[in-house]
Amino acid sequence: MIIKEMLKFIKATCLTLLFVGFISPVYSATIKWSMPGDSLTLDPHAQNEGPTHMVSRQVYESLVTRGLDMSIEPQLATSWEATDPETWVFTLRDGVVFSDGKALRASDVEFSINRALSGASDMIELIESITSVKALSPSTVEIKTEGPNPILLNQLSQIFIMSEGWSKKNGCELPQDFNAEEATYCSSNANGTGPFKITLREQDTRTVFERNASWWGDQSQHNIDKIELLPINNDATRVAALLSGDIDFTNFTPAQDIERISGSSGHKVESTPQARTIFFGMDQGSDELRSSNIKGANPLKDKRVRLAMYHALDMDAIKDKVMRGLSEPAGMITFPGVQGYTKELDARLPYDPEKSKQLLAEAGYPDGFEITLDCPNNRYINDEAICVAAVGMFAKIGITVNLDSQPKSIHFKDLQNDLSDFYMLGWGVPTFDSHYVYSFLLTTGGSWNKVGYSDARVDELVGTMLTETNLDKRNANIAEAWAIVQDNMPYLPLHHQVISWGSKSNVDVPIRTNNEPLFRHAMVN
Amino acid sequence: MVNYFFIRLIQSVLVMLVVAFVAFSLFNYVGDPVHNMVGQEASTEKREEIREKLGLNDPVHTQFLRFVGNAVKGEFGLSYQLRRPVSDLIAERLPATLELVFISALIAIVSGVVLGVYTGINRDGFLSNIILILSLFGVSLPTFVIGILFIYLFSVILGILPSFGRGEVVDLGFWNTGFLTLSGIKAIILPSITLSLFQMTYIIRLVRAEMMEILQTDYIKFARARGIEKNTINFKHALKNGLIPVITIAGINVGTLIAFSIITETVFQWPGMGFLFINAVHFVDIPIMSAYLIMVAFIFVMINFIVDITYYIIDPRIRIKEEVSPE
Repeated sequence: MIIKEMLKFIKATCLTLLFVGFISPVYSATIKWSMPGDSLTLDPHAQNEGPTHMVSRQVYESLVTRGLDMSIEPQLATSWEATDPETWVFTLRDGVVFSDGKALRASDVEFSINRALSGASDMIELIESITSVKALSPSTVEIKTEGPNPILLNQLSQIFIMSEGWSKKNGCELPQDFNAEEATYCSSNANGTGPFKITLREQDTRTVFERNASWWGDQSQHNIDKIELLPINNDATRVAALLSGDIDFTNFTPAQDIERISGSSGHKVESTPQARTIFFGMDQGSDELRSSNIKGANPLKDKRVRLAMYHALDMDAIKDKVMRGLSEPAGMITFPGVQGYTKELDARLPYDPEKSKQLLAEAGYPDGFEITLDCPNNRYINDEAICVAAVGMFAKIGITVNLDSQPKSIHFKDLQNDLSDFYMLGWGVPTFDSHYVYSFLLTTGGSWNKVGYSDARVDELVGTMLTETNLDKRNANIAEAWAIVQDNMPYLPLHHQVISWGSKSNVDVPIRTNNEPLFRHAMVN
Repeated sequence: MVNYFFIRLIQSVLVMLVVAFVAFSLFNYVGDPVHNMVGQEASTEKREEIREKLGLNDPVHTQFLRFVGNAVKGEFGLSYQLRRPVSDLIAERLPATLELVFISALIAIVSGVVLGVYTGINRDGFLSNIILILSLFGVSLPTFVIGILFIYLFSVILGILPSFGRGEVVDLGFWNTGFLTLSGIKAIILPSITLSLFQMTYIIRLVRAEMMEILQTDYIKFARARGIEKNTINFKHALKNGLIPVITIAGINVGTLIAFSIITETVFQWPGMGFLFINAVHFVDIPIMSAYLIMVAFIFVMINFIVDITYYIIDPRIRIKEEVSPE
């Protein structure tokens, strides 16, 4: 039996080789893609998580989307206008069909946005300002928001549109619930309007996408007939698989292997700053630190102490030694491309340990103090190594930092429970707008504002970011808020992460700062 | 007999309950599953609502009793991460792990016995020393290092075997197997050898020691004196007796292979249960973690139970003791 199979296989292989060799010597339109984990579910509203969106994005589309350069582009909607500050009308593209052959109608959009707003959807927080969605005609949709929402388009770029008929027929009108009995059909099947459709789904092992011939878009932008997603969790194995040719492309290339891959003939690596900034948070809200030897006072309340710690960090050294050149030292806690970012604000204050000592002495801590730094060890690129390096740098100015590094599931639990004085955190901004940074990290009582930062003027400005529709005024408000924050330094900015994509030399997938590949722009030469 | 059987059964159930309880108490320290289940945007209220929904706010013993109640009915709940029934997930991955463990055990036992006998007979031979030195690497090098070395040698440099995965599998309905396709057979070679090395070394040394001891015994000397052929003495008389402890150890070690397969499966991206478990640990996917631990405990308890019963049947002393002083 086995021998028969083997003979058959050898025969088939020889025939294939003949064909590949003589008929199409260079053209191969299959791409084998790998990342450490798989999409958690094909239900596009059930998980607001990176790899899950990366998979959904090849199959599903949204009203508007981010192009290769991350700017907002029309996708299922061709045009839109705000008829009043709280009402938007979107005109849908003609001739869009789902992969099951049904045409896209405005009622599908209405259904999808309402679905993303209900039940166990993980997208609710993102679009909670939407109060109603209504199909005005088969090709126009009206969306009303609670108060004006200048970043609605940014938010809608994350909401995928499903077919109402298909979802209802298959019993998944609502996103998969946490404590349901059964998995729903939509979590393992997909029916989108996008450039690819999923033809095989084996979770954590293999997902096969094939070209959707009825896609509305420009098929000449890519030559991919088939994508195979083969998740490989172990970094070394993934690199070995790339080098041995078992995979063609990975958007997760470990920093330590970049030289190895680009040094191999037939492979290349591309890098770009990622849409994520890493920083330290310092609890300046509590009256006494939990882990410090200073009792009855909180040294971090003193701006001079925070500045002293800033000047003590040599981020260029960390870039060279810890990150192997793959980081961009940062002076603010958000990154290029976010509305409100400027190069001037992002310039770091100089590395100056002498000044640090002087500032500490002025603040009344000439001999420094003791504090515990909480650090994750499996969340950000080289997270624990960065913390180890920082501990040494703080020691030079007399601050004794005890490092407590733990897996992310414990680190973030401790943060949520307000148990940390001093911690590492990274922040990505899916909406590419400063409001996302402020509402979580810098408003009084923000859900990730674990430093206890509170400034009445900043709170007021954050309020206007949500409602001010005059863009010039809004930008001025954002700039004012950043000026206040940069002056107070509630967080110690470290660097913007840099991501790297490795592939065979003949595979071109344009790199994007949010680490999401768009195979509708990929070419295999 | 029935009495003995019954006591052993009750002991097994107790062991299972203790394992389940210890595992359950540990889950409180592995982190917060809710953080991984919702996006960073989720509000504190939403997190609390989900905790309440999942019953994570109940005291440990309440959660534990609920879990045991469901487990007895064969329900392990829905994975937090994948939102699919845990029993489905385990059923999907069990074949991959069992095939890997089966092939590894086969390699370990066959080559372990062959090499053990050889080194036992040719005690100071050149080849014997080489085998023994190499086997030292097998015990001392961690599995993941061996795995990565194999991948680099056979996939990257030589390019003859796949670097990861299970190849193409054939679904037989109740079982998905990689044994029926060439890519499946090629894919199992590296992981199974990696997994078998430790056990193989163990068996080589055990068989060698047994052989050396038996070859010194009187009945072997008499056999030699009677002029019986050397191979007959070595294999028919000596090896047969030497194998009894090996079989016992090898049987119990199948359980260990299943436990060890976690690392091998991670290195080779082998879609088995160990891999599922490791992912669940990173995600704090309590339903998968508890189901896996219960299953592994069950396998160990079953093997021990069978071994105990077998001893009872084989070894008359246990029976006699019971008959003389019934407990």
